[in-house]
Order: sequence, then structure tokens, then C-alpha cells
Amino acid sequence: MASQTNVLAPPSPPGLLDWMRRNLFSNWFSSILTIVSLTIIYFSLVQAGTWILVTADWRPVKEYPLLYLVGQYPRDQLWRTGLSLWLFTLLIGMSWGVWEKFVKAFAIFLGILLAVLALFPLASETLTTEVRLAVLANPLLIYLGYMLVRKTRIRGQHVALLWMIVSALVVLVILPGFTGNDVLPRVETTVWGGMIVTLILAAGGIVLSFPIGILLALGRRSDLPVVKVVSILFIETIRGVPLITILFMFSIILALFLPVESRIDRLLRALMAMTVFSAAYMAENVRGGLQAVPSGQIEAARSLGLTNFQVTALIVLPQALRAVIPSIVGQFISLFKDTTLVVIVGINDLLGIGKSILSIDPEFVRLQGEVYVFIAAVFWVFSYFMSYASQQIEKALGVGER
Amino acid sequence: MTAKDQNTPIILCKDIHKWYGNFQALKGVSMEVNKGEVIVIFGPSGSGKSTFIRTINRLEDHQRGQIFVDGIELTHDVRNIEAIRMETGMVFQQFNLFPHLTVMQNITLAPIWVRKWPKDKAERAGMELLERVGIPEQAHKYPGQLSGGQQQRVAIARSLAMQPKIMMFDEPTSALDPEMIKEVLDVMVELAKSGMTILAVTHEMGFARAVADRMIFFDKGEIVEQGTPEQIFNHPKEDRTKLFLSQILSH
Repeated sequence: MASQTNVLAPPSPPGLLDWMRRNLFSNWFSSILTIVSLTIIYFSLVQAGTWILVTADWRPVKEYPLLYLVGQYPRDQLWRTGLSLWLFTLLIGMSWGVWEKFVKAFAIFLGILLAVLALFPLASETLTTEVRLAVLANPLLIYLGYMLVRKTRIRGQHVALLWMIVSALVVLVILPGFTGNDVLPRVETTVWGGMIVTLILAAGGIVLSFPIGILLALGRRSDLPVVKVVSILFIETIRGVPLITILFMFSIILALFLPVESRIDRLLRALMAMTVFSAAYMAENVRGGLQAVPSGQIEAARSLGLTNFQVTALIVLPQALRAVIPSIVGQFISLFKDTTLVVIVGINDLLGIGKSILSIDPEFVRLQGEVYVFIAAVFWVFSYFMSYASQQIEKALGVGER
Repeated sequence: MTAKDQNTPIILCKDIHKWYGNFQALKGVSMEVNKGEVIVIFGPSGSGKSTFIRTINRLEDHQRGQIFVDGIELTHDVRNIEAIRMETGMVFQQFNLFPHLTVMQNITLAPIWVRKWPKDKAERAGMELLERVGIPEQAHKYPGQLSGGQQQRVAIARSLAMQPKIMMFDEPTSALDPEMIKEVLDVMVELAKSGMTILAVTHEMGFARAVADRMIFFDKGEIVEQGTPEQIFNHPKEDRTKLFLSQILSH
């Protein structure tokens, strides 16, 4: 027997005026605060806007785009960096197709940015028609990658594998080249600079430190005494010293100990330092997650007959990592910004290039603000998208809900 | 080597002792379970009944005594332990479902990874089990979206998916709201009537009366008394048994 009670609809959400009245002007204090805040915001925006658009002299940024992007990479070999960018934008498009929610915002942003760059109305000696067309190809490649995945049966594992292959190809073959080769002549990593160096160090550091960190965290919890002791020693030593020290250790002291012939590439040494540093912190983040997994989970998995390895890989790690996504991504973002320290060991990352540009022209001495604001903006953009992606990942995994 | 002989008990425990540091949790427990028997283990909290069944699938180890499950001796040898765990299923008081997997994935995980079944075979078997426990429509939900009674039924289906010879229950209804206890007990009763060997630690005396072949009373780490439900409820021999029964049957 269904009862005839009237089912009321929930009240409609408050209109804008209602919202403003309740949240911004609910009482005298709140109203005054609102007005003061709005005034401050208005004036700040006007100041910032004026500075950005009118007062600032953006020459150190506008006139040297290539330096910021590729450093001193030989200008006649730039087709290789262009090709690398094409490969990566294609992959970004494919990643968008496979992992839509996480990559979409970044893919669209990148596409729009590159399109704007290509069609930039101001004349510039770097932006020849060929260059503009080459840059314009990138948003098209993003879209192409997206459609390619949508129309075929390419899946996440394939794209992940492609990322590894293409990254290795770009960093080990396309960009450095080979001595004596005509198609890909040797370009030493010492002349690489700017964005490509920052991205290689950050992406490489992040991708390599993640599995190493997980292994260290598991090692620390291991029952085998040697594994446990080595893990703890590694983690606590690295965590006990500043990143600069580790950079020096790898760059200078390692070079002193090794014979001249087996001199490891300077960029590679810096990458190793960043990886080792990040892995130690990653290990502690993961360990926190491991401790958060209830022991009942392990008991249930064991009683089903799963081996220790299967219990860790299928039950414990997924739950542990889910629990610490915010701190892991925070670690990634920190690492990304910490790459700026390599200027101390003589590597020209984005920040290093910015500083050296300031000494090109005596007029640029007073234009430090412009350069550093620009570099900060670039870092901010990447950090924001990493944060955004991590929030999307958390939502998709239902973190905090189940 | 497994004992195919009908007369050999499927579980054989000889003089099991277990210590936690200086505290002795099990004091010389000996027990035999035959194939198809339904055993209800009951007793006051701290009596060692949960510890005892957990030693059978090596979630706890025993310091003295021998345990044989389906003819395999339970030792430190990992291969023996894994072989025994494949034949014993366990249902926990806290369900312990895997929260990051759907109900169907929870059920098919072990058959796929341990018994190496192909995915579609595991999923078909999983659906049959979900129907057997009465919740086929929940297959693609996550455990957090289910009620306690439903979660426990999924846990039972998950253990059954490995087609174990023995099912062990560790206070399966103690964490459930009263209105959900019946749905889980119904599943356990059906399981018992279908011939499964069951070892259940529980306070649900109605369940014991309905399907138990034997009831075992534990207190302070040892078996005090055992018998058929009729013997235990109507003619308990030991004072401790009588005292405990009077405490739990009075309300």
C-alpha cells in the first residue's frame, strides 16, 4: 500500500544575490571585510595588469625564445628538437584519448598555447613562416593522437609503453646524436639548455624515483636483515643532506673518483642525483601509505592463497599508493622546482638560461623582474596541471569515499 | 599428498600449543574434523577460539603440536602453507573485502591469480556464486557501496570462489546489525546443508542448533567439552559450559 504523502522537491539552490547576501554581507564585519578585500583585489589586479602590459620591458623574454626553449642547441639542428616536440605532442594527444579525465585539461591548454604561439601577430626573427607552420603542427598532432586512440583499440598499456620508448629515443638518440654521423651529428649535452633540460631532469627524476622509492619502502619493511638495513641507510643518509650536497657529490666527487675515459655525462649525473634524492622521500611517503593498509587486508589475501608478491602487488600497494597520492604528487611538484638547483653544477636549465640572458645586454640588468616573473609563470603552469591531474586521479579512484 | 581415504579426518590437530610471548593462548588443543562435518566453536572472549582456527590456515603459527589439513602437514614450508590455503576458505568478522576492487573483481581475483583460471571462466563462476548468496545485481559495485550483510555475503562468495574443501568462519555475524544477521546465517545454513566442511566460531546458537554436527566449547585456551547440539544444550557436563550457556542463552 503506497502512502500518499507529498514528496517535496529539495529547495532550489540560492540565486547569486542570495549567495552574496549570505556569504559576503551577512553582518557588518563581513560586509566591511568584503569591501576592503574587493578594493585590495581591484588595485592589485590593476597594478599587476599595468605592469605586465604597459610598464614592463619584455625584451629579455621576447627576443630570446630559442634560448629559453633549447639553450645553446645548434641552430641548424633544431629540426631534431622540433621532431621531438611533435612526437611528444602526438603522445600527449594519445594520452588524452586513453586517460581522458587526467590529461584533457593539459592537452587542450598546450594545444591552445602552441597555436597562439604559432599565430602570434607580432613579427619576430625566430618565428619564420616555416617555424610557425612547424609549431602549428603540434595542436594538430594532439588532436590526431586523440582521434587515433578513439578510433583504434590502442589502450593504456600501449601508450605507457610508447612513452617509455619515445622518451628513450628522444633523449638517447635524437637529441644527442652520434659522432661522425651525418644525419644525427653529435650534440653534447653541455650545450643543451632551457626547457628541454628542465623537462628531462624533472620527468626523468619523477619517473625513475617512483619505482625506486616503492622498492625502498618495501625493503624497509622487509624481514630480510640485509635488505632492511641497506634500505634504511640509504633513506636516512639521503634525507639527512641537502639536495645541493647530493648534486655536488654526483657531479664533482664522482667525476674525481672515476677514470677519465668513463666520465659519465654531466646531465646524466645531475639526473641520477635528482632521482636518488627524490627516491628517498618517495620511500617515506609510500611507507606511510603501507602502514595505513589494515592488516585484515593482508590476512584476507593470504587466506585466499595469494603469494606474498601477489599480496603486495595486487592488494597492499594499490591501497597504499591511493592513500598517499597527495603527498606523492607534492613530492613530484617539489622535484620539478628543485631542478633549478642544477645551475650550481653548471647545467643551464630554464632558470640558468634566464640568469645568463640578463647578462647579455647591459640594459637587461634592471629587467630581472620580467625574467623571473616569466620563469615563475612557466613553473606555476606545470605545477598547477600536476595538482589538477592529481585531484582528477583521486576523484577517479574514489579516494576518501571508499 | 592428499588423503583420499574416507576415514581419515580432513583436519587433524594434535596437542597444539601456542604462546604470544609469555602468554599461552592455546594449551594442548587436539581435534579431528571429518569431511562434511559442521563444527561450531564457542566460548568466552579470549578463550583462544579465533586463535585456534587461525592456526589452521597459518594466519597464526603454532609452537608445539601438529596440524594436518587434507593430509598436508602445516609446517614452516611455504609450499605446504600455500597448498593448505588453497583448500581452506576464511570469512572474517570485519569482512576484509578489497575496497579498491569491485565485488566481481574481489571474487575473481584469487581464481585468476592462484588457480590460473581465464577471466571469463572466473567471472561465470563468480556470477553463479553471487546468485547463490543472493546478490547478483551488486556485481559491479564497490564494497563501500554495500550494506554489512551484503559485504559479508560477498566475502563468503569470494572464499567459495576458490572451491575450498573447508570453510572457516571467524565470528562472521558479530559486526553486523541485527536485521542483517539472518541473511548471512541463511547462506551459511545452505552451505552446511550442501555438504561443505565448516568450522565456525560464532555465538549464534540458533545456527548451531539447526545445522551443527558437533559443538566445541573453548575456555582459557583449551577444549572444555564437545558434543552434539542436543548434548551441549540439554545435558552440558562441565560447570564452565553450563555457566557460559546460561550467560548467552538468557537474553
